[in-house]
Amino acid sequence: MSERAVRTVVVWCPDWPVAAAIAEGEVRAGASVAVLAKGRVLACSAAARAAGVRRGLRRREAQGRCPDLFVLAHHPEQEARCFEPVVAAVEQMCSGIEVIRPGLLALPARGPARYYGGEPALLDRLWRIGAMVPALSGDALPCRAGIADGILAATVIARTAAGIEDAIVPPGGSADFLAVHPVDVLGQPELTTVLRRLGIRTLGAFAELPADDVLARFGSEGAVAHRRARGLDAKPLATRRPEPELAVKTLFDPPVERVDTAAFAARALAVRFHESLADRALGCLRLSIVARTEHGEELCRCWRHDGVLSAAAISDRVRWQLDGWLTHAGAGDAPTSGILELELIPEQVIPHSGHQLGLWGGAGEAEDRADRALTRVQGLFGPDAVLTPVLAGGRHSRVRTQLVPWGEPRIPDRDPDEPWPGHIPAPSAATVLPAPQPVQLTDAADVPIEVTGRGVITADPGRLRIGAGPVEDVESWAGPWPVKERWWDPKAARRRVHLQAVTASGTARLLVLERGSWWVEAVYD
Amino acid sequence: MSSVAMVAPAASAASGAPPLRTPQLGPRAQDDLPVLPALAPLLPTGSLRRGVTVSVAAASTSLALAVLAGPSAAGAWCALVGMPALGVRAAAELGVALERFALVPAAGPGNAQWSTAVAALLDGMDVVAVRPPRRVAGGEARRLAARARERAAVLLCLGEWEGADLRLSVSDGQWIGPDAGVGRLRGRRIRAHATGRGGFSRPRDVELWLPGSDGRVHSAAPVEERAPLSVVLGAVS
Repeated sequence: MSERAVRTVVVWCPDWPVAAAIAEGEVRAGASVAVLAKGRVLACSAAARAAGVRRGLRRREAQGRCPDLFVLAHHPEQEARCFEPVVAAVEQMCSGIEVIRPGLLALPARGPARYYGGEPALLDRLWRIGAMVPALSGDALPCRAGIADGILAATVIARTAAGIEDAIVPPGGSADFLAVHPVDVLGQPELTTVLRRLGIRTLGAFAELPADDVLARFGSEGAVAHRRARGLDAKPLATRRPEPELAVKTLFDPPVERVDTAAFAARALAVRFHESLADRALGCLRLSIVARTEHGEELCRCWRHDGVLSAAAISDRVRWQLDGWLTHAGAGDAPTSGILELELIPEQVIPHSGHQLGLWGGAGEAEDRADRALTRVQGLFGPDAVLTPVLAGGRHSRVRTQLVPWGEPRIPDRDPDEPWPGHIPAPSAATVLPAPQPVQLTDAADVPIEVTGRGVITADPGRLRIGAGPVEDVESWAGPWPVKERWWDPKAARRRVHLQAVTASGTARLLVLERGSWWVEAVYD
Repeated sequence: MSSVAMVAPAASAASGAPPLRTPQLGPRAQDDLPVLPALAPLLPTGSLRRGVTVSVAAASTSLALAVLAGPSAAGAWCALVGMPALGVRAAAELGVALERFALVPAAGPGNAQWSTAVAALLDGMDVVAVRPPRRVAGGEARRLAARARERAAVLLCLGEWEGADLRLSVSDGQWIGPDAGVGRLRGRRIRAHATGRGGFSRPRDVELWLPGSDGRVHSAAPVEERAPLSVVLGAVS
């Protein structure tokens, strides 16, 4: 094969989601930790792996194998934020860095290898980069690197190499090196599922297919994957140098210093960017995010993606990058003032007119229309004006659901699938008051009702009066159900008693006794 | 036909024609929105026609959520404006798909802002439920109803809405389950009423469990009278 991919170095930090959680102080190093995304293990620490936890396991199964497992939710923002110092450290040594995702970056090998005296010498420096990162220096960050023709081969060798001396695939050897690996290393689950069903299990078998047939069946995304499987880079033959007007920018007046404000504007910018490319039937493979500050500093970072970047993927990357710049305090290249201008520049585009994987298309049109309407309302009243609800775990009506601003990841803080003993079962109240209302609950002789330390009610509730409203007769009631939460932690401990009461008007309410007084928490209306 | 003139000034030009027969549909699908099977007897066609304005008596949040649940479960996008106190879990139990459900808790205090937000949502969502912060004046109500008709969305108001096509209310609510400290709330039996204008002018009634013991809506057999219900009450305790 005459065409050959660029000699590339890939720097890979193993178990990056776990390493980021350790760097942010969420867990201590050496603990058994697993990071979950969509109910499955995304990454785990070495201790957890030793106990049998693997990527892709369900939560229960992972906890079954490793009972002291510490489970964390997946936070892409946090991972990108912590990765910024690593990127900055590599940037001190070499130029032309492209971040593929948090934990993985690539750069051309030829220049730095010549400067540092050969590829082994360059790798030797990169393997030790973890110790140089200031924020993470407490515990040497495991950092691995590999050199090969093309990003995919370099990534695979960085992951699989036993030591520095094995981490080099000789020039021209990438296709043979990749041929034995399974198709899953492409990291495109939708495509690889179809390939497996067609009986194609290794990259070698995939690479043997005729390129034009792959393009006809799987579209430009499949063609890119095919090139990567052959040890070439995602760059197709018809790469275009993007025209300058494809770059989009937005000005902030006043300059923004908060991540959420910037991220909201970035989302609109990402959509505009994606639409302007889509209008020309182009897709973006590599993207530069440039921010200019009030003091004239210019921050620039290049992101690469294995497939074509979607609008949501672009907006995620811009948000992560802004988070990395704005909250990453103490580093040498942190901006000294607010961001004045944000620009997205497509570095590499390919002709792209959609791709076809499944036979049935998704119902994207209604979703796009709804998304436009909701984004418009957010534009009118601010990002927090439009919320989307997620079920969360908990024992009290108000914490059992969570509201997240539209467009942000729908991840609850507490797992709703856990048992949460003590919560009130269905049917739930249709109205949950944002702030509970005080209520006087008395028996028929107007003596206030109390609940003893053992959870016994002092008398049958007979009347209730909400605030200064009218006195209502209690027709029937159920409870009391005491709930003691986190009694081992004096700061977070809560003792409450739940009681359901139906008044003579037919209204059912959920009452709560906390710190000696009764409150209406929810109304079943 | 003063009611015709109230719906939309444009409709009054086509004198005599029922205003809702031929809604000016936008680019989206023209099919009706399905409702939950238990609520189907309240509607003449058993489904919710796009473009109509529905008002639900303010005291029944769960009936409004039950009306939303049918379209939502069938893939429609729903938004709810002006209800910071919504019990989201009850909505999920009734069948509302939360991933296609957006809340706009407080869309600004000003009149123009509230109206703008509702109009913007009507452009993109299939069902927009609102609880107005104040009484909506006739002109504004007509303009929003016309917008809903034009964009083939359903406007659902919790509270009074001038010129609503369909009015829903509940009465005779009776909870079963709790009894002097024993049991817990298990279900509420109610009678839901529908009345309205045009195709909805014939009043309809249905007896429902809203919510039932699993949080969903079930139809209660209409032949059952109060007497058997009290027997059930005794059996539960």
